Amino acid sequence: MPDDKELLDTRSSSKMLANRIPMTAATDEAVLEMQSAAVDGEVLQKKPFGFLFWFALSFVGIVLFSAVLANVLPLQNPNFGHFSELNQGPSSAHLLGTDDLGRDLLARLVFGARVSLIVGFLGVAIGLVFGGSAGLISGYRGGRLDIALNAFSFIILAFPAIVAVIAIVTFWGASLFHITIILGIATIPLMYRVIRASSLAFAQRDFVVAAKTMGATNTRIVLREILPNVIPVMVTFSLITVAGLIVIEGTLAFLGLSVALPTPSWGNLINEGSSNDLLSINPLIMLWPAMAMFTLLWSINLIGDRLRQRFDLREGVL
Amino acid sequence: MKARRSGGRTLEFKDAGTQVGPLLVVDDVHTSFRTARGTVRAVDGVSFDVHEGKTLGIVGESGSGKTVLARSIMGLLPPRDVIRSGTVRFAGHELTAMDDKDLRQVWGAELSMIFQDPMTALNPVKRIGVQIAESLILHLGMDKKEAGSTAVELLRSVGIPSPEDRVKWYPFQLSGGMRQRVMIAIALACAPRLVLADEPTTGLDVTVQAQILDLLAELQRERHMAVILVTHDLGVVASRADDIIVMYAGRVVERAPTHTLFHDTKMPYTRALMDSIPRLADPSGVRLNAIAGRPPDLINPPDGCRFAPRCPYAQDKCRESEPPLRTVGSADHLFACWFPLVDGESTVPPVPVSLSAPVAPGPQSSGASDA
Amino acid sequence: MTETSTTDATTNQGGEVVLDVKNLVVEFKSGRQRVQAVSGVTFQVRQGETLGLVGESGCGKSTTGRTLVQVQAATSGAVIYQGTDLTGMKGRALRELRTKIQMIFQDPISSLNPRRRIKDIVAEPLVIWKRGTKEERATKVRAMLEAVGIDPDAAGDRRPGEFSGGQCQRISIARALMADPDLLICDEPVSALDVSVQAQILNLLADLKDRFQLTMVFIAHDLAVVKNVSDRVAVMYLGKLVEVAGSDELYRAAAHPYTEALLASIPEPDPDHASSHKALTGELPSPLNPPSGCRFRTRCPYAQARCAEEEPLLREVAPGHQVACHFPVGPAKDQVAPPAAMAATDAPTA
Ligand SMILES: Nc1ncnc2c1ncn2[C@@H]1O[C@H](COP(=O)(O)OP(=O)(O)OP(=O)(O)O)[C@@H](O)[C@H]1O
Ligand SMILES: Nc1ncnc2c1ncn2[C@@H]1O[C@H](COP(=O)(O)OP(=O)(O)OP(=O)(O)O)[C@@H](O)[C@H]1O
Ligand code: SF4
Ligand code: SF4
Ligand SMILES: [Mg+2]
Ligand SMILES: [Mg+2]
Repeated sequence: MPDDKELLDTRSSSKMLANRIPMTAATDEAVLEMQSAAVDGEVLQKKPFGFLFWFALSFVGIVLFSAVLANVLPLQNPNFGHFSELNQGPSSAHLLGTDDLGRDLLARLVFGARVSLIVGFLGVAIGLVFGGSAGLISGYRGGRLDIALNAFSFIILAFPAIVAVIAIVTFWGASLFHITIILGIATIPLMYRVIRASSLAFAQRDFVVAAKTMGATNTRIVLREILPNVIPVMVTFSLITVAGLIVIEGTLAFLGLSVALPTPSWGNLINEGSSNDLLSINPLIMLWPAMAMFTLLWSINLIGDRLRQRFDLREGVL
Repeated sequence: MKARRSGGRTLEFKDAGTQVGPLLVVDDVHTSFRTARGTVRAVDGVSFDVHEGKTLGIVGESGSGKTVLARSIMGLLPPRDVIRSGTVRFAGHELTAMDDKDLRQVWGAELSMIFQDPMTALNPVKRIGVQIAESLILHLGMDKKEAGSTAVELLRSVGIPSPEDRVKWYPFQLSGGMRQRVMIAIALACAPRLVLADEPTTGLDVTVQAQILDLLAELQRERHMAVILVTHDLGVVASRADDIIVMYAGRVVERAPTHTLFHDTKMPYTRALMDSIPRLADPSGVRLNAIAGRPPDLINPPDGCRFAPRCPYAQDKCRESEPPLRTVGSADHLFACWFPLVDGESTVPPVPVSLSAPVAPGPQSSGASDA
Repeated sequence: MTETSTTDATTNQGGEVVLDVKNLVVEFKSGRQRVQAVSGVTFQVRQGETLGLVGESGCGKSTTGRTLVQVQAATSGAVIYQGTDLTGMKGRALRELRTKIQMIFQDPISSLNPRRRIKDIVAEPLVIWKRGTKEERATKVRAMLEAVGIDPDAAGDRRPGEFSGGQCQRISIARALMADPDLLICDEPVSALDVSVQAQILNLLADLKDRFQLTMVFIAHDLAVVKNVSDRVAVMYLGKLVEVAGSDELYRAAAHPYTEALLASIPEPDPDHASSHKALTGELPSPLNPPSGCRFRTRCPYAQARCAEEEPLLREVAPGHQVACHFPVGPAKDQVAPPAAMAATDAPTA
């Protein structure tokens, strides 16, 4: 390389200052750059999650914990009627009271949670495994596969889902297993669409092209480059869907189309408790599951929302 | 749902060409971000005004706060962790006092912004025609068909060939420069009175760039549209702007009518910016005059002149007290420097910029090829 | 599309031919439409040389660049790298060979995965090919980050969002160099950066080029930038090469009317030059339906009847200077007015 100083002199328009501003070698630029790199990065602020978030998380935690361990927890038999203690208010024997058949409401609430949670989380898991992976691949590969899957998902989504579910449940019978499978299948196209859109957006970024030129395999690109970027969307959307499925199960139960009585589920507890005569005699039968369901849904949504905020990266455009 | 009406109220705007006084008045705007490390003072006391039909150029290095300033004017800042003060008056309305609902009436229709990064600002899964039509339907109340044909015309006006076919395309099918032009079409769709163009032509070659800038100029003549042209390309502002603001570390360091700025540069920083441009007249392979180092940390900006650590003329005074924005001679040439250049020459001798920190030298000192 | 017949005028001194692009055609389909983004491009790049590629927005520069690294399939034609045609290759062989050709992108932020740490991003080429032990990789990453002017201690554990555009571009250059490439395709590496950072990156590329003995194809739309880095420059218009020349020669004696127009519309950073720019007028041609004959004729001030009928082929007008035009602009012709309504018969060439 010719000497910098010499070349500088040949610059016509900027001579005046060119001679003055000392030519910094790339090294010096680098030194200054890295000094400031240490401080001037746009550090993403880690906001504290706040009290509400932790409250919501503990609530979901407690519900999950007690539903999973319902059998070993010191709970009463949810189906055993204490005929001497009908429609009692909360007491030390029955923390939440009893229903019209003298069954312990706390036990029924906890066992009922199992149904809601299984349907919600397992249903979403089914949707994620099938819809999510199809979406990831379809968004990345594009081409005919993408067009076909995309059209197919539209067709399925065009069916009024609730009607379809009701029809299937009526035919196939309403067991927990059936309901979970059906609702799980119903979430597949939703998951597919959301994750495909996200995957597609990232597949067009240059870092994916860069990975290709470095010789990465398609599997590696999907797992290492695209998936980590899609996960935030995946998590938040999954949480919303869990809440949605819990509501749908509740609706089905309310219509008498879900898990049959006497097995408790929040939906059928609400249904049972809201029948005319019972509601006026003992509102607690309906109140507890309704409150639990409301709080659970609120908690899940709040968690999803806060996580989304936390995941958000600042990328260039503010 | 149309966002144009807010609670039955509609904002009144005067017709183009009838504005008395400046169209936009920006007064002492400060915008800071709260971060874990401290408060980033991205825009730190900026004032200026823009008249109808005029173009104001804003130049400065990356990170000097140009985009944040433009967004502060628009009211498009993130909802959380932003501290702002100062006022922005647009056509008699105080934008800084408006809520989102009212602002939405102004955005797009009266005041619009061309975003810096077309790939992130365009929706990757929507056809470009739909994306343009959306804003027409929202702000101008067009029906779908009318919006569709207007979208075609807009694409044509920004120089995209075969616009009839292109409206049906997705962003990834367009070249980088075409995407940028789609963004411009969206911003101009509703005939705004002020366009904030944030680096509108960085991805365009010179002929298309000239065409886009001509289009802006034409709209300025026809509609008295005002333009704020944010760019780092001094070539672009030299021929297009009436006035130029040079920003450094969140502040205005020099402001002058274009001709004055180029011929009577006062700030060493402005001079250094001009000198770092590669020029056609130079032979190929010439080493460029990069400005050493980077702009300062906006959390703890240096005392005194913020350019001092990189300025070849910095004296003790520069490091001790901050130079105010002042004038010498002509009233419309403002600059913030203790030792301004006179006829392009400094009155003080240059001191080599010492990049003192003894960090192990990177392997590539200039010309070293013994590796 | 018959450029194979042109003289092989790449009579550039020095080096063996590293990259030989022959009659490259790339077509896209969108619905029923077909766009020919690249329509028969032929050029060669020699060892150690930097070839600049300039042209109008949308003329197919990026597509050409992407075909060179084979992330975009060629419709026809050949991309011969060190004697091997890349266009037919598949699978592992292709994956392995194309690490030798690396690409730097326009958008520095989009070219780094926002969720990964800098040291992982830079180590990726080594991890993919399982080169070296963990410690060896870490050492190499540090050395490379230092080479591009990023402090490995401060930067290694952070993510791309925390860096400025210029720093991101340095990091992606480091990553590209980790693959130990011979050929670097730069697709507008500095157009998203401000002038001072741009100067730093261009200086850095010049240093690295010497140090790692790189051959480069440098795509850009800023002619001053291209001139600064290139030995030779190829000008593209609507999918075709219209002029190839040594970079100083091109700027001194542009022979194609489009190159002339490009040079004339550069905005000078000087307000007194402002009014002199003459924007190109005339209908913009579309790659969906390119004009017959010369593709520039709809906007060419010198166009004549022959231009619509016969496609001009790349031919040599001076040693190492090729032009595809029936009536190239000479230094003398520059002064006279364009031949507005001249008879179309046998106008003198060159
Ligand atoms: N949301 C945010 N949180 C924290 N800091 C921010 C945020 N947005 C911008 N900044 C900081 O504000 C400063 C100014 O950024 P801005 O984007 O305005 O620069 P610019 O002049 O537009 O640069 P460029 O030429 O790169 O676009 C930068 O230091 C940036 O890190
Ligand atoms: N995936 C695609 N599908 C369809 N058409 C495409 C696709 N990619 C590019 N094109 C078309 O190919 C042409 C050339 O695009 P390319 O990106 O190569 O242009 P370019 O020269 O790099 O332009 P710029 O300077 O604006 O980046 C354009 O007309 C574009 O619309
Ligand atoms: S005040 Fe001093 S340090 Fe700042 S620009 Fe002027 S001369 Fe340089
Ligand atoms: S061949 Fe004709 S139309 Fe084409 S560039 Fe030459 S003179 Fe112009
Ligand atoms: Mg910006
Ligand atoms: Mg491109």
